[in-house]
Amino acid sequence: MTTTTGGTRRSAPPAERLPGAWSVGWRQGALEVKQFFRQREQGVFTFAFPVVLLFLFASIFKDDVEGAGITASQLYVAAMIGAGIMSVSFQSLGIAIAMERDEHVLRRLRGTPMPPSAYFLGKVWLVLVTGLLETAVLLAVGATVFDLELPTSPGKWLTFAWVFVLGLTGCALLGVAISSVPRSGRSASSVVVLPFLVLQFVSGVYIAIDTVPDWMLTLGALFPLKWMCQGFRGVFLPESAQALEQAGSWEYGRVALVLAAWCVGGLVLCLGTFRWKSRRDG
Amino acid sequence: MTTQASGLAVDVRGLRKRYGRVPAVDGIDLAVRHGEVFGILGPNGAGKSTTVEILQGHRTRDEGEVSVLGADPATADRAWRARVGIVWQDESAPAELTVRETVSHFARFYPRPRPVREVIGLVGLQEKADSRIKALSGGQRRRLDVALGIVGGPRLLLLDEPTTGFDPAARRQFWSVVRRLADEGTTVVLTTHYLQEAEALADRLVVIAAGRVVAEGDPAELRQRYGSEATVEWTDPDGTRRTVRTTAPTRTVAELMSRFGSRSGSEIPGLKVGRPSLEDVYLRLTGQEDER
Repeated sequence: MTTTTGGTRRSAPPAERLPGAWSVGWRQGALEVKQFFRQREQGVFTFAFPVVLLFLFASIFKDDVEGAGITASQLYVAAMIGAGIMSVSFQSLGIAIAMERDEHVLRRLRGTPMPPSAYFLGKVWLVLVTGLLETAVLLAVGATVFDLELPTSPGKWLTFAWVFVLGLTGCALLGVAISSVPRSGRSASSVVVLPFLVLQFVSGVYIAIDTVPDWMLTLGALFPLKWMCQGFRGVFLPESAQALEQAGSWEYGRVALVLAAWCVGGLVLCLGTFRWKSRRDG
Repeated sequence: MTTQASGLAVDVRGLRKRYGRVPAVDGIDLAVRHGEVFGILGPNGAGKSTTVEILQGHRTRDEGEVSVLGADPATADRAWRARVGIVWQDESAPAELTVRETVSHFARFYPRPRPVREVIGLVGLQEKADSRIKALSGGQRRRLDVALGIVGGPRLLLLDEPTTGFDPAARRQFWSVVRRLADEGTTVVLTTHYLQEAEALADRLVVIAAGRVVAEGDPAELRQRYGSEATVEWTDPDGTRRTVRTTAPTRTVAELMSRFGSRSGSEIPGLKVGRPSLEDVYLRLTGQEDER
């Protein structure tokens, strides 16, 4: 690209101000939320799934847990909040982005001057809104039906807030990363749902934490879900229930460490693997 | 900025792209001037879409120089994307949003978008502005695709087979949209496998086949240059059908008259003299003649 005409016609159009990532991302998020609620089947399913499971498990296993001062139902409420957050972040994003890639929505966005980060900001807003709603519904069911006592101390709610934010972020990033795995939008749900299902078993969501074999818990400990559930148990269960934990305590320090590590690692994974086109589009 | 100096909107030289060992684009040169409607005509699989996708910056090339609005699409930035509008071959707009919501949203990506209402009007969707996209017909969706491609007020519009699957009425409606944009000064590059479309819209066009340019010019030029041979057909006395392609059909007919004249009272059986239509030229150029 050398100027052979003496530089008289160097193309330097007056610098146009391109819209910023934050403002476009905010709009993108508003639109994502709008679409989520308009697509009724998906919205209802994503929301209802953890609630229905909570209802089933907490109704079947409701006896007092020996030596912990709680009922099994209460244990399920705390764990299911963790699973609910992972379902609106990891599962929803993993499937939705894979489908958007397959249907060329991503490619089309890439053909516009939209800042790429605005797309991800939009997903962040979506996941934040749906995550808060999901948690609110689960807490409401837990408190009204299964005798969950909502904490009154601000310290507990602070703990809840950071577990929620770190867990949601880590799972969302993992969801973005796994969306690149399925070869097509159609195979996305199987690729995403199976590992999530397994993870819920080995992280002590469906089966009480003191019943899950140690090796499974060790496997589950590699991923964020176990630590989110553990953090939420710390928030919503009495101190006596610490006896059920593998380590005999809530281990807040380790919860924070693992979740934060997943946020950083997940971000690196996303930056390295994210594709705007499906494989067959080269 | 050589291309700016040469005044070309699109300047492509020696473009090559292969998939595995199959060459899809095999040495294509293109020169599109500012403000013209440029057609890339060719049968399916000729390399049209690959070429346009390289111009869009969505496909890498193996060889060749490509300059679109003075920049290499492979490394172009957001400001470049704001000046190039793309109308994709497939529909991918969010089904649950309305036409107006979608167009307004895309408008926000651009520094100087066209007014949303004007864009919706231009593509003739004003009555559907508040309908969800999932409720639109195929042709209406396609027009929405055009709306999304032009809402940023592009200087160059790239259309990849925009009317595939349209009924004739929708196609004509679409053509008028493209003409209106061209009248406003937008440079348009469109691929198509409909000869009629290229003839109706393009100021100039290239015909490509098997990844190469086989002809170039405006539609009338093409007809003249490649269609000067007439076809003379007749039936021999033994009943076989004969065809001769010639630049001097009158002489051929005179010869035939002297052959048949004496025997059958001056009528040559099954005589037909034809000038090739643009379609004949196109089919011959792209090697599809036998498929008729």
